[in-house]
Amino acid sequence: MSKHPNKAPGLWLVIGLASYLLFPWYAIQDTAWYYVLPQILGGSETANGLMQALANDRNWLLTGLLGMGVAAAGLAFPAGKQQGRWLLAGGLVGLLGLIGSGFLIGARGWSFEVLNTSFGELAINQFGMGMGAFIALLSLVVITAFGLARIGYFKGDLFVAAAVVCCSALLALFIAFPVVKALSGAFLTEEGQWAATAIFQRISDSRIWNLNCLGGGVQCGVAWNTLFLALAAAFGTTVLGTMMALLAERCAGPRVQAPLRVIALLPIITPPFVVGLGLILLFGRAGIVNQFLEYAFDITPTRWFYGVLGILVAQLFAFTPIAFMIMRGVVQGLAPSLEEAAQILHADRKQTFFTVTLPLLKPGLANAFLVGFIESIADFGNPIVVGGQFSVLSTDIFFAIVGAQFDQGRAATLAWILTLFALGVFALQRGLLGKQNYTTVSGKGDSGIPMPLPDGLRRTLNGVVYPWLAFTLVVYLFAFVGGFVQTWGRDYTFTLVHFKTAFGIEWGQFGLVWSGAAWNSLFTTLKLSGLSAPLTAAVGLLIAYLLSRTDFRGRNTFEFVALLAFAIPGTVLGVSYILAFNVPPVELTGTGLIIVICFMFRNLPVGVQAGTAAFKQLDKALDEASLMLRATTAQTLFTIILPLLKPALVAALVYSFARAMTTVSAVIFLVTAENELATTYIIGRVGNGDYGVALAYCTVLIVLMSLIIALIQWTVGERKLGRRKAGAATALVTPA
Amino acid sequence: MTFGVEFRNITKRYGTNPSAPFAVKGVSFGIEKGTLTTILGPSGCGKTTVLRMIAGLESPTAGQIFMDGRDVTTLGPAERNVSMMFQSYALFPHMNVVENVMYGLRMSGVPKEAARSRAVETLRNVGLVGYDERMPSELSGGQQQRVALARALILEPGILLFDEPLSNLDARLRRDMREEIRAIQQRLQLTVAYVTHDQSEALAVSDLIIVMNDGLIAQSGTPQEMYEFPGSEFVAGFMGEAMLFPGEAGPDGSVTLGPLRITPKQVVDSGAVKVAVRPEAWQINRDGHGITGRLRKRSYLGSFFEYTFDTALGNIFVVSPDLTNVLDIGIDVGLSLADHGVSVVKAT
Repeated sequence: MSKHPNKAPGLWLVIGLASYLLFPWYAIQDTAWYYVLPQILGGSETANGLMQALANDRNWLLTGLLGMGVAAAGLAFPAGKQQGRWLLAGGLVGLLGLIGSGFLIGARGWSFEVLNTSFGELAINQFGMGMGAFIALLSLVVITAFGLARIGYFKGDLFVAAAVVCCSALLALFIAFPVVKALSGAFLTEEGQWAATAIFQRISDSRIWNLNCLGGGVQCGVAWNTLFLALAAAFGTTVLGTMMALLAERCAGPRVQAPLRVIALLPIITPPFVVGLGLILLFGRAGIVNQFLEYAFDITPTRWFYGVLGILVAQLFAFTPIAFMIMRGVVQGLAPSLEEAAQILHADRKQTFFTVTLPLLKPGLANAFLVGFIESIADFGNPIVVGGQFSVLSTDIFFAIVGAQFDQGRAATLAWILTLFALGVFALQRGLLGKQNYTTVSGKGDSGIPMPLPDGLRRTLNGVVYPWLAFTLVVYLFAFVGGFVQTWGRDYTFTLVHFKTAFGIEWGQFGLVWSGAAWNSLFTTLKLSGLSAPLTAAVGLLIAYLLSRTDFRGRNTFEFVALLAFAIPGTVLGVSYILAFNVPPVELTGTGLIIVICFMFRNLPVGVQAGTAAFKQLDKALDEASLMLRATTAQTLFTIILPLLKPALVAALVYSFARAMTTVSAVIFLVTAENELATTYIIGRVGNGDYGVALAYCTVLIVLMSLIIALIQWTVGERKLGRRKAGAATALVTPA
Repeated sequence: MTFGVEFRNITKRYGTNPSAPFAVKGVSFGIEKGTLTTILGPSGCGKTTVLRMIAGLESPTAGQIFMDGRDVTTLGPAERNVSMMFQSYALFPHMNVVENVMYGLRMSGVPKEAARSRAVETLRNVGLVGYDERMPSELSGGQQQRVALARALILEPGILLFDEPLSNLDARLRRDMREEIRAIQQRLQLTVAYVTHDQSEALAVSDLIIVMNDGLIAQSGTPQEMYEFPGSEFVAGFMGEAMLFPGEAGPDGSVTLGPLRITPKQVVDSGAVKVAVRPEAWQINRDGHGITGRLRKRSYLGSFFEYTFDTALGNIFVVSPDLTNVLDIGIDVGLSLADHGVSVVKAT
C-alpha cells in the first residue's frame, strides 16, 4: 500500500521546523505578520524562532526544537507503542517548555514577583505569541496526539487523536483559560491581593441582592432583576413558540406556512435590538401611542414604556421565533401513530392532546425554556435600548468595565452570578430530563396522519397567534419606516437623508469616496464575520463528528466540557477575553483577530448542534463501509461525510455568519475605534438619540443579510441524492 | 495449515466499564482458505460482534486475531486484507453505481480511468450491466445488493465478510442471491465469513457452520454434522425444528425412548439423556406399530401436512409428505422412528 504509516507525523514535524524558520515568532504590534517577513532574520521583535533563540538570547525557545528532535528520533522506530512514547515525550517537552516560558516570562521580564526575588531581574522580555509560535505549538499538540494514538488510545487512529486533542486545546485556550482567569478576578482585592473574602464582600452587595421592589421600594437588586426577567421571558417565549409551532404544523394550511417561515428567519437576520427600536417608535415618549394619547386625551407623554415592561416585550418579540423553531422541529418529530393509538384506545382528541401529545413535547419544551432563559440573561441590546433605569447583569457588567467605575472585581463578581444562573438552568434541564428524548423519527415509515387539535385549543391558538404575528409585523414595519422619516414624533416627511449620512458615496478627485459614516463599520463587520463563519462551521462540524461518531476514552468528559462551555453567556465571554488576552503570552486585545475568535467560540454551539442533528440522520454503516474499502478516517470525512452533510454545512455557515453579524453582547467589550462593528455602531447612534440613522442602518443590514444568505445557499448547493420524491422531506435544514 | 482467519481466545466487552457484560466470552476458531464459514445464532449471541472484529471495526478486549498467520489484532480495517458487505448495503447515496464500486480503488490511489474500467468489469461479474450511471436509490433491492457485492469484491480481498446479506430481500430473490454468492465464492476461491440467523440459509451455502449462543461457540461442523448430530439441546433446537424427549441410555449404547428403542450414531454414556427428533423423522404406521398416538391437529401446507399427535410421550409434532393418504382427526396410529433425523444429546 502506498500510505506510509510515518507520513503524517513526519509532515507535522516538518511544519513544526518551518514555524521556527519561516515566520516571525512573536505577534507584531500594529501590523500583520506577513508584512514583516523580510525582517525575519533580525530585529528583536520580528525575527523567526531560531534567531530569537540564538541571536536574541531567548534560549528558552529551544525547548520546542528539543521536543521536535525527540519526536523525530522516535520516527526511527516502527509504528507502535515504542514510537508512541517518543512522540508523546517530545510533544510534551516542547509544549511544557514553550507554554511554561510563555507564562513565566512576559513583556517586562519575569511575570511573577516571586521569580524576581529568587532569580533576580530578567533582562530579556518576550512579547505575545505570534504566527511562528502558534504553528509551532499546533504541531507540538498534533505530535502529542499522534503519540497518544500510537500508544493505543483513540483506537490508534491518528486523525481522531489529533482532532480530539486539538479541539480540546482550543476549548481550553479560548474558553476555559479566559473564563477562569476573569472569574478569579472576583477573589482579588482592590490592591490585587488574593483574598477569599473579597468575593463574599462583593457578592453580598445590596445593589445585587436586595428585594426592595417586593416591599414597595424603588428597585430590586440586579441579580433578582435578571432572574425575574429571564424566567418571564423564557416562559413567555416557550408558550408563544409552542402555540405558533402547533398552529403551523397542525392547524394552518399551506398559506400560512410561508409567512411563518419568514417570521422564524427574522431574528436570525436582524440584530436583536431592532425590535426594541421598533417598540420605541410605537410606545416611546415620541412614539405613536403617546402622541395619540396626548392628542386625544391630553395626557403628557412619559417614559412609561422604558424599564422592565419594555425589555420583556422586546425580548418576547425577539426570542419567540427561536422557541418556535425548536418546537416546530419537535412537533414535526412526533410520530402520528402514537396519537392514533391513543384514539383507538378511546381517548377523545382533548384527552389525547393532554395525555400523549403534550407529554411527548416535554423535552422540547425544556429545551426551548433553557434557550429562552440563556438568550434573555445574555441579551445586551434590548436592555440598553429600552431598559431605562432598570439594570440587568449584562448591562451592569458592561458599565463596571467600560464606565467611570472601571471595577474589574465587580465585573468578575457579576459575571460569576450570570454564569451560575446559566449553568444552574443548564444543570436543571439535563438533570430533570436526563437523556429523555421522544423524538420519534425512525427509519421505519410512519403512515399515520397527525390528529387535528381539539376545537377549544385551536380557537385559543388562532386567537393568540394571529394577533401576535400581526403585531410583530407592525413592529418591524415601524423599524423599517423609521429610517425614512425626518424626525420621528415631530416631522414625518419622507427623506433619504439618514441613508445618505450612513451610506453616502461620492465621486472624489481620486475616484470613489465612501463618504458615509457607517461604511467603515459595515466593511469591518462583513470581513470579520466572513472570516469567522467558515472557521466556526468547520470546527463545529468536527466536534459534532467526534461526539457522534467516534468512541474513545474520555469521550464523555469531552462532551460534557464542550456542552458546558456553550452555556457560558456571551457577556461573560466578552469580559473574559478582554481581561485574559491583554498581556503576553496571548496578547490580542484591540485586534480584529480577537473579535473573530470571539465570534467563533460564541457561535460554535450552532455548528455543533446542526452537525449533531445531521449525523443522527446519517447511517453509521456508510462510514464503516468506507473504512472497509481502505479509506482513511480523513478520506472518509471528506469524500463521504461532508458531501452528505451539505445541508448541515449550509445551516452552520448561515447561522454562524448571521449571528456574527448581529451579535452585541460579547463583542461590545472588544471593539475599538479601528475595529468598530455594525451593531456597536448602531447602539452608539441610539445612545445619541440618532434613531433615523440607526434604523436606516438596520434596514440595510437586514437586506444585505438576506442577500448573503441566499448566496451561500446557492453556492454550497443541494445534496445530490437522486432520491425519489417521497423521501425528499428529510433533507431539511435543521434549526439550531 | 494456516487459516485465512483465526481467532484465539477472543473476548469482547463494550465500553470501558469493567463490570460491563461480555458480548463475546472467549471464542477460538479458524476459517480455512477458500471456504465459506457461516456464523449462526439467535440475535444477541455475539455473531455480529465476531464479524466486526474480523473486519477490524471493533477491537477485542483480549485475545488474538490472525490472518494468513499474521497477527492483525491491533490493525484497523484499512490495514487488513478484508472487505465487507453490510446488512443495509451502505451504498453511498451521493454517488452513482460505478462511483460506489470504484471507491475502494480510488482511495488506494488507483487512477480514475483504470478504476472505472475495473469497476465496470466487476459489475458485469456480478451480473449487473447497464446500470452504471444510476443512483443507488433508483435501483431495486436485488440490484442494490449486487452493487454492494461488486463494491466489496473489487479490492480482491483475502477475506470477504457478509453481515446478514439477504435479510432485506423477499423470499424468492433470497434464494437466487444465495446461490449466486455461493457460486462467486467457489469460482473465485474466496475465503468468506457469513453471518446469518437463518439456519436454512446457513445449511445451503456453508462449508462450515459455527453456531454461537450467548457469546460462546455452541458447536461447529459441516452442515450435515450440525443437522444430523447436534451436540446440545440448543443446537438441536436452533438447527431446524426438533422435539426433545427424555430417554435412558443403556450400557450397550442403545437408548430407550418410552416403548421405542434406538441405536444412536454417536457414542453416549449410560444414564439419562435427551433424544432430539426432527418432525420428518417420525414414520406413521396405520397398523399401530410403534408408539400409539391419536391425531389432534392437522394443517395443510401445500407440499406437506403437519400433524400433532397425543401420545404417552406428550404431544408429538410430525411432518408428513404423504398427500394422498390423509389422516382424519381423532384416528389412532402407531409412530416409529426412521434412521435419520434422530440424535441423542446430553440431558441438562
